[in-house]
Amino acid sequence: MPDTPLIEITNLCLRVNNTDLLDSISMSSKDCGVTMVMGPNGAGKSLLLKCLHGLIKPTFGSVKVSGEYVLGPSTNQAMVFQTPVLLRRNVFANLKFAAPPGTNAVTINNALSTAHLADKKDLPARLLSGGEQQRLALVRALLRKPKLLVLDEPTASLDPASIQIIEGLIQDFTEHGGKTIFVSHDIGQAKRLGSDIIFLHKGRVVEHSDAARFFINPKSKEAKAYLNGQLIV
Amino acid sequence: MLTQAFSEAFSLIASANPDLYEILWLSVKVSLTALLSASILALPLGTILAISEFKGKRAIVTFFTAMMGLPPVVVGLFVYLMLSRSGPLGVLELLYTPAAMIIAQCILIVPIVTSLTHQIIEELNREYRDLFFSLRIDTGRAIFAYLWDARFSLLTTVLAGFGRAISEVGAVMIVGGNINHLTRIMTTAIALETSKGNLALALALGIVLLMIALVVNALVMIVKTFAMDKGYA
Amino acid sequence: MIIRKAKQIGVLCLAAIIGISTAYAESIILQSTTSTKNSGLYDYILPLIEQDTGVAVNVVAVGTGQAIKNAERCDGDILLVHAKASEVKFVKEGFGVKRSDLMYNDFVIVGPVNDPAGIHGSNDVSNALKTIAQKESLFASRGDDSGTHKAELRLWSASDTDPSKASGAWYLETGSGMGSTLNLAVGKEAYVLSDRATWINFANKQDFRIHVQGDKRLFNQYGIILINPARCPLVKTTAGQAVIDWLLSKRGQTAIASYKVNGTQLFFPNGE
Repeated sequence: MPDTPLIEITNLCLRVNNTDLLDSISMSSKDCGVTMVMGPNGAGKSLLLKCLHGLIKPTFGSVKVSGEYVLGPSTNQAMVFQTPVLLRRNVFANLKFAAPPGTNAVTINNALSTAHLADKKDLPARLLSGGEQQRLALVRALLRKPKLLVLDEPTASLDPASIQIIEGLIQDFTEHGGKTIFVSHDIGQAKRLGSDIIFLHKGRVVEHSDAARFFINPKSKEAKAYLNGQLIV
Repeated sequence: MLTQAFSEAFSLIASANPDLYEILWLSVKVSLTALLSASILALPLGTILAISEFKGKRAIVTFFTAMMGLPPVVVGLFVYLMLSRSGPLGVLELLYTPAAMIIAQCILIVPIVTSLTHQIIEELNREYRDLFFSLRIDTGRAIFAYLWDARFSLLTTVLAGFGRAISEVGAVMIVGGNINHLTRIMTTAIALETSKGNLALALALGIVLLMIALVVNALVMIVKTFAMDKGYA
Repeated sequence: MIIRKAKQIGVLCLAAIIGISTAYAESIILQSTTSTKNSGLYDYILPLIEQDTGVAVNVVAVGTGQAIKNAERCDGDILLVHAKASEVKFVKEGFGVKRSDLMYNDFVIVGPVNDPAGIHGSNDVSNALKTIAQKESLFASRGDDSGTHKAELRLWSASDTDPSKASGAWYLETGSGMGSTLNLAVGKEAYVLSDRATWINFANKQDFRIHVQGDKRLFNQYGIILINPARCPLVKTTAGQAVIDWLLSKRGQTAIASYKVNGTQLFFPNGE
């Protein structure tokens, strides 16, 4: 069904204690490329991702991925959190735990090589550096062969070498037909990776445009201010 | 008196007094078996209480916490009335056997291990919950994963249970009967020697019991420190 | 690997426990008073019984009152206590088959060497108790419905004295066994009534000594009873009766008489 977008969000609202944290969000997205979600802190970026991934049930509205309503996590999607959550086991065992049943050791070792972690596979995962931990979390997500990869600021405060490896893995994933939705504060990173940009402010989608257009000529004054490095309230 | 007790304790150990070793070995066997049976029940129970949400959960948790302070004599009486030949389980002929002592100690330990497990896993759950949800880990697998990843923290819990079991006298005296060569263990032997006025010998037995506790605690501390260094705790 | 080890240990433990539980094919439970146990009599006599009859006797030692209560709940096969009136009642109510006299010894009043009530050397127990009450010297009572406690209460009432009014003042009811009560008496320098066997075996005497003995009212009779299988079907009648028969036989009675601590005979057989 070529006319069904991979992600389709309709009138999504999330209300907690009478406050609309997400307010009537509707959007759809193409089947490939990297959609960057940007906006100031508290705009609702992480909540939008959690609704998309099925971790939070919206107050009303609906989220569809591949034409199916998202009622909980599905095998279509994989998510990487801002702080990597790693089991108290070694690197290899962390991947083994999350990999689909029947995944063999060769596949896991290959995945570790792509994240430059092959020589660390017997180390306790929680003794890795922050960058290595996040690389491990990303290959763990990729091992599940998702159609949609959901990333919540995975590279915030990481070393440049790790950011480079992670961006490489994401580009590789999208070049092979995967779709990524990516929350980031890093304008440079959004320029490097983004095919389209969603700009959130106070729980609303203020702007959703192609990356090229967004960075040259943003429509909304909030996005303009944000790109100019101003604080927006 | 104290110096006499210490020298008596060491000469008891050094002389490999067969009666002492019999009593000691039975104490350890009874308490270990009680601990093992209690853990098989309480570890998964505490985990389920920590990771699931249902009505009445708080009440159950409160109940187990309160049960931690249950007087052993009351447990002893309860088990006695159950196992008495005129009681409902009399035909099993378990009264005045090591099995009766195991049952009583088991009842004493279960609330401790359940409550402490609940606390430990609840904390781990805050960290793992979103990941396990995202990875679509089913409850059975989650329970095993939580227990395995918390294994070194749970060692302390299990140790607390063992301490309660092996140091307890009120319940085992009633249901075991302190029968020589059959149900006499360290604590009931101490009570007996005290009542015979052999205070130095009673204290010496207490010192031996204390030394076992010290050795076990030291071993667990070493394992935990090692695990902490390895990022597994 | 840890899991496998834990499993191995678990299996070992279970096997060991089951092994212990079934170590004796033929064994009975003897509900007994503490005095006979603390005296060391059983350690001497039970191996002889097992050798002759093949029955292993497991002794549960509690106060006479509790032993009788346990026996009424069928928890035991034979009963060996020292409170004749209660024993007769026990049999009459159908809990026991038959009561037999087994042996006797006597009670003594012990107290600190400085003897605050000045009763040393008396052989009139009523006078001694009256003096203790008048001088309000400390007196430790078992207070646990045991045979010794019942005997003590009988002696008080024979002395026309009711110490219960002074409970907590000079009359201290410990609610525990003979040994614990002796420990308390020694600690508080109180007089106390004890059976002679427990007293002789008691290791924490410090400066305590016997002050009153030899009164015929201090006589202490032990009886033995088979718990009634008509009421308690699980009672091991054959093994229990074999043990009772052995104790009442010439060999058993001689064995009781020959048990001595530091050259002193503790129990005097008078079985029928």
